[in-house]
Amino acid sequence: MSRSRRAKLRVFRVVTFVLFGVFFAGPIWFMFEFSTRGIGENSPRTLDAWKAVATYPDLVAGIVASLELAVITSIGVLVVLVPTMVWVRLRLPRLRRVIESISLLPLTIPAIVLVVGFAPMYQWLGTNFSDSILTLSLAYAILVLPYAYRALDAGLAAIDVKTLSEAARSLGASWPVVMWRVIVPNISSALLNAGLLSVALVLGEYTIANNLLYPNLQVEIVSLGRTNAGTSIAVAVASLLFAFVLLVALSFVGGQRGARRRTRERLVQTFGRDFSGGTR
Amino acid sequence: MVGGRRLSLTWVGAVPFLGYVAIFLFLPAAIIVAGAFASEGGLTLSNFANLSRPYIVSAIVGSVILSAVTAVAGAVLGALLTYAIATGNPRSTFRRVVTSACGVLAQFGGVTLAFAFIAFIGPASAIYVYLSQHHLDYYASGVWLFDLRGLEVVYLYFQIPLMVLIFLPAVDGIKPQWREATDSLGGSTWTYWRYVAGPLLAPAFLGSTLLLFANSLSAYATAAALINQGGPILPLQISNAITSEVGLHEPGFAKAQAVVLILIVAIVSVLYAVLQRRTARWLQ
Repeated sequence: MSRSRRAKLRVFRVVTFVLFGVFFAGPIWFMFEFSTRGIGENSPRTLDAWKAVATYPDLVAGIVASLELAVITSIGVLVVLVPTMVWVRLRLPRLRRVIESISLLPLTIPAIVLVVGFAPMYQWLGTNFSDSILTLSLAYAILVLPYAYRALDAGLAAIDVKTLSEAARSLGASWPVVMWRVIVPNISSALLNAGLLSVALVLGEYTIANNLLYPNLQVEIVSLGRTNAGTSIAVAVASLLFAFVLLVALSFVGGQRGARRRTRERLVQTFGRDFSGGTR
Repeated sequence: MVGGRRLSLTWVGAVPFLGYVAIFLFLPAAIIVAGAFASEGGLTLSNFANLSRPYIVSAIVGSVILSAVTAVAGAVLGALLTYAIATGNPRSTFRRVVTSACGVLAQFGGVTLAFAFIAFIGPASAIYVYLSQHHLDYYASGVWLFDLRGLEVVYLYFQIPLMVLIFLPAVDGIKPQWREATDSLGGSTWTYWRYVAGPLLAPAFLGSTLLLFANSLSAYATAAALINQGGPILPLQISNAITSEVGLHEPGFAKAQAVVLILIVAIVSVLYAVLQRRTARWLQ
């Protein structure tokens, strides 16, 4: 490569990264700036907006509800998915493609479309069983299904499920014991991956909760934003930071380097294929 | 070992999962499709006829324009960023940080993103306050952040990183030897892009643009948090039809809109799959 072309390329790269860096870092930086702003011009930085979070009972209720939903959803989706995926690998290999395509299906259905179908179901559920906000976790499990599936599939691919379970069975273990004491410990990092992704997704969910009229964290942030922008932006920053910490933690969990890289590649693939709107 | 009874029992293992997705994935889908064509006691197309109401037509047009603008702008800007990333050292920490950041930002959106942009360039933001005092009032003709033009800017925040994620493998597939071969045969930079790299990258670029289009079409939360009045895009109209009093009187209306949205997304994703196959042919 000629010297002038290399110099031009370097200038192009520096300019590109600086401009895009400003565009992507700016909104996040100014969110912090906004949430620590004092009242009036030239007033000092203050954490008043952050401290005010506790004074809004609706907001606190929304935070609690979203955290509960995150826990219930991530545990629920694992409880349904893990035994099925193991069983299919062992006994029903013909079903594997079917389970995979069903699990990835929610990626192609926008959440705003799905919620149209959920609306009458939740109306019925609300009058006949329970109108608790926690029933949302039934719908959320569908939203997180593709992500959980990808993470677990990567984990199960890295171990020899068949040999492990046959060995355990021949030593007299029952199926629940095989599951709980042989499979689960061997895919612990995949379970953690799937769980963290589910938590991050549920905490950011707005579309379904808002349209089914359940006040979760994001719905409360929006309604508070109409009266007290500072505090609602503070909570938005906090939820963003929390999700970011989860995602960083996610990139550190995982067994061997190879398996971890594979998991990450699969996750990137999942993100790349996702146009369901997810939390958008 | 594989007796008839045994076989039927093994199927039981898949029942909890299949039962769950039947109720919470296939049932809602069936409710939408059936509801879109149902009326009091029979089949009807009147729900679809209602789509010709002016505000729905303008929402569909708005959605398509918004998606086209953010897909094309996102694809072009994303391709620039991708090229800047691809020309660096493939094993550098910098590249790894940038691609992971793209992975996170492509998922970023919704309420938080809307608030981030209000704090970044909104009417109360430090940037606007400073610039408007220095004769650069970018809201002089109205606060565009809270209508379609604002969405066009805000959506780029997740469109560009998504473009990087899906376009980077194609750009990485371009071999430096091809450039050298063009050089040694006397080709200019223009020749290289016009006759070598351009045609090779075109299917991947078009495919990625389509994916970005579908991505923007499906987005709801960002728009709902940013736009206070009216429903200039289809997802907001669907939401109105589910939650408003008027909408509740016509349960089939939201479903017909949902069918339209999923149809557009389906057409776009089929086109995407076709182009993707074309790309995969040489990207091995």
